[in-house]
This record gives sequence, C-alpha cells and structure tokens, in this order.
Amino acid sequence: MSASEAMAPAASTVGAIDCDLHPAVPNAKALMPYMDPYWREHMLRRGLDSENYDLMAFPPAAPINVRPDWKPASGLPGSSLAVLQAQALDPLGVSLAICNVLHGAQAVMSEDLSAALCRGVNNWVAGELLDRDPRLRASILVPQHSGELAAEEIERLAGDRRFVQVLMLAMAELPPGRRQMWPIYRAAEKHGLPIGLHAGSTFRHPPSAAGWGSTLLEDYVSYAQGMSAALNSLLVEGVFQKFPDLKVVLIESGVTWLPASMWRVNKTWRGVRSEVPWLNRLPADIIRERVRLTAQPLDAMDGEALGRVLDQLGSDDMLLFASDYPHWHYDGADPVPPGIPPAMLKKMMVDNPRATYSRL
Amino acid sequence: MASRHVVAAADEIPPGGRKIVNVRGRQIGVFNLGGEFFALINVCPHQGAKLCEGAILSHLVSDGPGDYRLERQGEMIRCPWHCWEFDIRTGQSWCEPNDVKAKTYNVTVEPGGTLAKGPFKAETLSVAVERDYVIVEM
Repeated sequence: MSASEAMAPAASTVGAIDCDLHPAVPNAKALMPYMDPYWREHMLRRGLDSENYDLMAFPPAAPINVRPDWKPASGLPGSSLAVLQAQALDPLGVSLAICNVLHGAQAVMSEDLSAALCRGVNNWVAGELLDRDPRLRASILVPQHSGELAAEEIERLAGDRRFVQVLMLAMAELPPGRRQMWPIYRAAEKHGLPIGLHAGSTFRHPPSAAGWGSTLLEDYVSYAQGMSAALNSLLVEGVFQKFPDLKVVLIESGVTWLPASMWRVNKTWRGVRSEVPWLNRLPADIIRERVRLTAQPLDAMDGEALGRVLDQLGSDDMLLFASDYPHWHYDGADPVPPGIPPAMLKKMMVDNPRATYSRL
Repeated sequence: MASRHVVAAADEIPPGGRKIVNVRGRQIGVFNLGGEFFALINVCPHQGAKLCEGAILSHLVSDGPGDYRLERQGEMIRCPWHCWEFDIRTGQSWCEPNDVKAKTYNVTVEPGGTLAKGPFKAETLSVAVERDYVIVEM
C-alpha cells in the first residue's frame, strides 16, 4: 500500500451530514439579548450573567474536549462561527451539520431558570448560527428535569424546521424512560424530532454506578455505562411502544459497547420479561429499528476489531457520521474511523442521517 | 408411522394438572387444560432442563406500558432453569415463538372399551373398560 493509499479517507465527507457538531455559547453575557426580559433581569439581579454555565460533564478547557490544533487563541472552543466554519464545515465539505450545544442550562436546579436559559440558548443558536450559515441545523435544548417545561420548549420551536432534534443528557435526575419524562417524547414524536441523548450527566447522581469517582478519567469512561443505562430505561419502560414513531440517537456514546449490551438485554429479557409484558419483541430488534448512534468517538482498538464488533450490531442503518468537532477523538483530517464495514460506511454519511432526521 | 401409547387414565390428570410419563424412553409432560390434553417433551430447547416440571402460569399480555392483563390462565409452562416460557398448547416459546419451540405430541382421550381391542400400547397401565385413557402419539 502506498503512502497516499494509506492516507486516503475511508469515505468522502464532501456532501455528508455531520450529526454532531459542538458550537459553544461564548459566555452568559452573549445570551442576555436572547433571554426573556424577566429572566434577563433575574440574571442581572443575581449576578448570574457572569457565570459561564459550563457543563461539568464536558469541562471546555480539558484537553479531551478540544483538539490541540483546534484550540482557539481566546474564548471557548467552538464559540466562534468563523473558526468553526474554517476548521470543520469548510474542510470537511459537509452539506449539513447538526449543532449540539452542550450547556449548563440543562443542568440548572431550578426548573424555571433552566427553562429560561434553554430558551435563551436556543434563541442564540437560531440568531447566531442558523441565521448565519445555511448548512447548520440544531438540537433543541430542553430543561430536562421538567417534562412539562421541556415539552413547552419543543412546542415553542417546532415551527422552525431548522431545529431537527431534542437534546438531552444521558444521565439526569431520572432514568429517561420514566413516565415523568414522557411529555418530552410526546412532543418530540408529534413534531418529527428524534431524541438525541448525549453522553454526560447533570450530576444529580454519581456518573458511575459504583459511586462518585475522583477524576475526569473515571467520569468520562463511565459515560458509556450511563448511556447503556439510559437506553435500557427507554426500552424497558416502554417508550418505544408508547411512542411508535419516536427515534433516539445516542450521541458521542462510543458505540462498541452496544452489541454486548444488546446481547445481555435479550438474554435477560427472556427470563424476566414478565416484569414488562409490553416489551413483546426481542429488545435488540427494537433497538435496531429505533436507535441510532453518532460514529465519533468509536471505541475500537483497530480497524479489523471494529469491523467485527459493528457486524454484531446487525444493521447497516444505525451509524450516523459525526465530526464531534471540537472534541478530541481523532487526529488529522479524516473524521471517519477506519474499519467500518463498507455497506455501513456507504449509508452512514448521508442516507442514515436523512432517514433519522425527517426534517433534513 | 406413529405409534399410540396409553399413558394415563384421564381422571388421573385433573384440569390444571400434569403428569410426567415415559414413552419409548422419552419423558413427556401431559397437561390437562380445562379438559383438553396436551403433551410436551420434558426437555427445554434452551439448555435441556426438565421443562414440564416448571411452574404453570398464565399468558401475560399488555397493550402498552402500565397495562397488565392475564389471559389463558394456566396455559404457559415456565422452565425451572432460566424461566423461559412456553405455550403448553403449541410448545412455542413466548419470546421467540417461531424459532424456539418445545416438541409437542398429539394427545387423544379414548374409552377403555376401545383400547382393549388394541393396537394401543399400554406399557405401564392396565386398562379398565369403564374408564377413559390419555393416548400420546409418538
């Protein structure tokens, strides 16, 4: 193999749909023009406008959350549209990119303030990103600790077709399948919006099932475990039965944990399914039909091993191309991990995103 | 061609009851569901446990989350090892009815007077003309 062949990208990203791009709100002051007057004054009265609302699950200064060559001279990674265009959209040549803003708005304890901040972030996304680059689409941030307020925010923005998904963190106050959360899914299904479950936590509980870790390393590795638990909750509580048109996208999940998890839930279901008689099909078949995953990062040691694991997914429809910009999950110019089986690769760049996001 | 085996007097297995019998070296579970008799091999297709010795339960159905109903009470057998459930009438597993099945056998009930004329094989029973008998075809 020549050097040029070795460097050839696995699949062209030109025209592809990037399903996970992370612009950042520069700071809370930038949100203020986009807040309701009441909440703008509330922020000023309390001095909350000088907070940054970084999500503890993704501390923006941590090296893993910004590739060294993408680190801006000043400000938060992803906070400049011009830089984001120059580093991600233009060189990859994508046709569309879905903005998933990771922001503490979703983790604020007060449901009302959380809702106000989510409205502010969503308005900022529309005004500062969607209005300024026609390639951009976005997820709706919702105050996920209040199913009702979250549903209100979905209703408020559903008319804007550039919002293509509802964003939630995988780990929050409740496992996401619990019925208190169902207003979110009802509204999302009604408007053709998949639920995007992003890795991470609002830290109401330890991010590891073993308890509070001491380090980012422990938290970060445990996000895959949290994603698995969140998916099991949606599945077992019957969200996929209750909302038959709802799709769920696992964003930044790592992917390769899923085949083993599917095997385990199938096996266990056979013996204890009487707990949940509505779960009347092989759980893995439901997952294959209704769950999608962004393909960055992809936890695999080498291409051959990755191919074997992805074959075990049993579906070419599940992977969605994602750059995960500016998170540091790959080096160089090619965000497509080597070793993805050809049939899967062919579909993940455009066809699978379009089939997943009905609004694209 | 299948041979027919007298395995029990009908009144030995009341409705809801079962009897494990040996036919040509195989263990068979014979069940009475409301007066109808059914027979399954006493081997779970999963790992070979004695399927027919498990709990007799109902068919659980649900129209969606939070909806719980019993149907066909007493018509499912649950394997004592891994709790896989099988339909006593068809041998089909609840979880994968088309792919995982326990072998079934045809069962009939015949009056003793008929049996006395043969050609039935009553290996372990003596047949009385005034009683009815459960016949398994194998």
